[in-house]
Amino acid sequence: MEKLVTLIPLFPLAGFLFITFLGKGLSKNFIGGIGSGAIFLSFLVSVLVFTTQMHGAHPTVVKAFDWITAGSFDIDISFLVDPLSAIYLLFITGVGFLIHLYSIGYMHEDEGFNRFIAYLNLFVFFMLILILGDSYLTMFVGWEGVGVCSFMLIGFWYKDMKNNDAAKKAFIVNRIGDLGLILGMCLLFAYSGTLRFDELFISGRAIAGLPNDVATTIGILLFIGAMGKSAQIPLHTWLPDAMAGPTPVSALIHAATMVTAGIYMVARSSNLYAMTESASELIMWAGILTSLMGATIALTQNDIKKVLAYSTVSQLGLMFVALGMGAYSTAVFHVITHAFFKALLFLGSGSVIHGMGGEQDIRRMGGLKKHMPTTHLTFLIGTIAIAGIFPFAGFFSKDQIIAVAFEENKLMFVLGLVVSACTAFYMFRLYFLTFTGKFRGTHEQEHHLHESPAVMTMPLVILAVLSVVGGFIGLPHAVGESMHMHWHWLDHYLDGTVVMPGLHMDLNTELMLMGLATLIAVGGIYFAWTKYVKRGELALEDKDIRSASHKLLLNKYWFDELYDAIIRKPVDGISKAFGSVVEPKIIDGLVEGTGEATGATGGKLRLLQSGSLFFYILLFIVGLIALLLYI
Amino acid sequence: MLTLILLAIPLFAAALSMVAGAKNARTLALGAGILELIVTLAAFFVNGKEGSEALLTFNREWIGPLGISYAFSLDGISLVMALLVALLLPIIIYASFNRTFKHPQYFYGLMLLMAASMMGAFTTTDGLLFYVFYEFALIPIYFMILHWSENPDKAKITLKFFIYTLFGSLFMLVSLLYLYNISGSFNMQALYEAGRSLSGSEQGWVFAGFFIAFAVKIPVFPFHSWQPATYDSAPTAGTMLLAGIMLKMAAYGMVRIVVPALPEGVSEYGTWALALSAISVLYASGMAIAQQRYKLLIAWSSIAHLGVLSAGILSGNAQGIQGGIMEMLSHGILSVALFFVYDILESRLHHDDMRKMGGIREVNPLFAFLFFTIVMGSVALPLTSGFVGEFLLLLGFYQVSPWLTAAAGLTVVLGAVYMLRAFQSMMLGAASPAMHSFAPLNTHEKTVLTILVVLVIVLGIYPDPILSVANPSVESLLQGLNR
Repeated sequence: MEKLVTLIPLFPLAGFLFITFLGKGLSKNFIGGIGSGAIFLSFLVSVLVFTTQMHGAHPTVVKAFDWITAGSFDIDISFLVDPLSAIYLLFITGVGFLIHLYSIGYMHEDEGFNRFIAYLNLFVFFMLILILGDSYLTMFVGWEGVGVCSFMLIGFWYKDMKNNDAAKKAFIVNRIGDLGLILGMCLLFAYSGTLRFDELFISGRAIAGLPNDVATTIGILLFIGAMGKSAQIPLHTWLPDAMAGPTPVSALIHAATMVTAGIYMVARSSNLYAMTESASELIMWAGILTSLMGATIALTQNDIKKVLAYSTVSQLGLMFVALGMGAYSTAVFHVITHAFFKALLFLGSGSVIHGMGGEQDIRRMGGLKKHMPTTHLTFLIGTIAIAGIFPFAGFFSKDQIIAVAFEENKLMFVLGLVVSACTAFYMFRLYFLTFTGKFRGTHEQEHHLHESPAVMTMPLVILAVLSVVGGFIGLPHAVGESMHMHWHWLDHYLDGTVVMPGLHMDLNTELMLMGLATLIAVGGIYFAWTKYVKRGELALEDKDIRSASHKLLLNKYWFDELYDAIIRKPVDGISKAFGSVVEPKIIDGLVEGTGEATGATGGKLRLLQSGSLFFYILLFIVGLIALLLYI
Repeated sequence: MLTLILLAIPLFAAALSMVAGAKNARTLALGAGILELIVTLAAFFVNGKEGSEALLTFNREWIGPLGISYAFSLDGISLVMALLVALLLPIIIYASFNRTFKHPQYFYGLMLLMAASMMGAFTTTDGLLFYVFYEFALIPIYFMILHWSENPDKAKITLKFFIYTLFGSLFMLVSLLYLYNISGSFNMQALYEAGRSLSGSEQGWVFAGFFIAFAVKIPVFPFHSWQPATYDSAPTAGTMLLAGIMLKMAAYGMVRIVVPALPEGVSEYGTWALALSAISVLYASGMAIAQQRYKLLIAWSSIAHLGVLSAGILSGNAQGIQGGIMEMLSHGILSVALFFVYDILESRLHHDDMRKMGGIREVNPLFAFLFFTIVMGSVALPLTSGFVGEFLLLLGFYQVSPWLTAAAGLTVVLGAVYMLRAFQSMMLGAASPAMHSFAPLNTHEKTVLTILVVLVIVLGIYPDPILSVANPSVESLLQGLNR
């Protein structure tokens, strides 16, 4: 059964190759069918693999082929099937399939349709390699592969340089993280002699002998990689810019799957992080700072996709808070529910943009409810889910993070509640300004407003259902027990694969926390409702913004400007100085000086040119052949 | 036996080419290149089989009293190096079909001559023969640049190149003779034993001699200043031979002589060389970022990658050396590909100023796609040949010096900066009117680029045939060293 796992990445790869090399002249619907069908087949096999894992099959390594051998260093391309990879496979192929389907409608008029579907297939292939890789290095293959696909898809509309710049930025910022990851792998190998997960964590427990400071350094280096991929401070600046890509890309890559790779890697390394308090603490702080930053910036953004992008940054931060507190399965839980509702929200925003003829500014929208009923309803469900209202998916996973924080670190608990309040506010601000009130766009836009076709709304509906029920895989322990239900299925399922915090709360505390979280969320919603519905306020035009704090948020804390000043400009300046001073004046100057001092030699050698060149050459060859014959 | 055939094919073909005249010169050269490749693949095939010893090695005394012999051996390492020559030679020859040269019989003859001498350097097991082949390779390339370059400054540039590298090699000769003084033989094994018998500080001095010679050729900062101008003014085929194969002789010399003979000299007295290699990476990356012209950018990026190569090999562990071998092959393929892209641009635009390009993808998506794959290989993306080598080099280097590795590792970031900048400014954006006339790739160009791209991908996905051939030889090379 496990052998089948090789098929899972092969289907999307085959899809990519087919569309790229044989897709010319085929109809768009056929290409779309091939692309989505490939992912659907992967999904079916993933269901099979997941089922066996759910029924307690042992973790298995399936070898594909030998890859790199160098002395004692020996890495194959092999796939690790265990509960963690199996559940990731399931939601990546599942959500991935829905987004492929949606793309058929969304990209239908685009001249690069084939290319788009092919890239998406290639992306899913690499994402599956990332999840299935049985070693850090094989994981890194997927890790870099999704990075390139992200680059190609952000800059999909390559005639506009703005998109290309965003793509390049994403790639380069990620590479900074990747350097951390590479160095982390080097250090891990230097001490433990292996990079394979089973030898490190499962059968061999090779990490058991790591000195504490080494474990900490490895943990930090690997986390730098995660910072890049999962957009944590200070490597977060690429993600909002990445919204330059087509919206299905934002949903698939920059919300549901790729950006959660950092969380996957830390959860995969939970045995390592459980050994090191300091690295875990760093993760927790980076997470909460990122989360607060993202949530506060999102309060002021007016581009529908930018709001969702900062929201993603903020939610990813929360997941890292959970990881930093040792609640690895809780972070995975939030990854899954977040994939459902954030993919839904992005696809919904895509549907809005589609209907609005490309408009993304929510100040030009309003009242879309009556024009786009399905988009509206599903978007509302997604908004409620992310705001954390019982019993929607986001409620359970976010509540669990808050509960862990309550036990582990009261400061995180308070800050987490602040993030919750902001989230509820900015999401409902977005919802109210987009879907309620009066339409504020042009007449032409209003005339064109339409609901999207079924191939786009159907994925919305399915994701909306998942956003409602997805949280039931992780009912709170005490609550679940008291209701005589299978308490916290996910924790149970992942037990033994990732380290479990061993958290036990009584029913009253749990209920109290649930109540508090709900209250905070409702408060945020109420505040947004008063401001934007009851009082009918609108988001300010940029030129009307006066307050310094508002400007600070609107300009995203000036991170980009800061990096420009302290990194990009100095690097360019140093490069220029190398080119104009150091190289010609110093290095080459010395060489030339030496050369001139021995000018006489040069003069003699120059004589070579005056003789008959070809005679010399012939002489050489004759001599050489004579030598050879002598042997 | 096969080793002699590998030497004889290009040598006789060179002579034949010069005698036979201009008409069939390139066909003859291509035929010889392909034959060379077939023989090399045959050697790969027999390697490891029983009784292959006689086929793969040759040893006959030459000047007995001086301990110099005609000794050649195709062990795993030399096999890969022979493959580097034999694989790239026909590709470079075929890539030159795009252009017409005056006196083609001499042009291709010199190329073959150079190949013969590099093949000799990569397969000999005699220290002095290595030196001879190493030096001899300079002569054909000197004439190639001098006679077929279009640069008005070519006389000055070639002279500088010639004298600089010749001068550098003298340091190697001194070190070699120092070891020979002890061993009384130029046989590699004897040289190893002689080197290891020296005290640490003595080894350090001998190492310094070798390193300076190799650092000029590779080149490593601050011995590099001959390189950009030489690459720039050489005819494309010459640049391909230089960057793709010739400078690998220096890296190979580090693997074959320095690491096994002078372990303490490198590990205890060689930190400066590792530091220079790391600086080389940063300096050349900075220079690459500042370039506006594509060919110069590629020249500098080559130096950056070779800094990692030098540092990794000098780490002297199996990862560093395996990485070095893989990187030599990969860098060869990628260099040829990158300079071929230059040739395509130059033949159409007659300049390589990246600021004046843009939008080529819109006009010629196939070219952009192939170039993108090459760029990804150059930034060492996994599943390209560039990654396997570069990762192993860093892995090896890290075990010796984590901090310098972190510095050299910045190539991961900076490489992406300059390569993506180049790709973006050349290929992306909307096509300007000047680019609309960018002619599609002809069959010949498509063939060359496709072969190279396929090699980059195949070696990235499945480098095992290369690595597992080299691995036993690397382990036996390192045997007896305390690392």
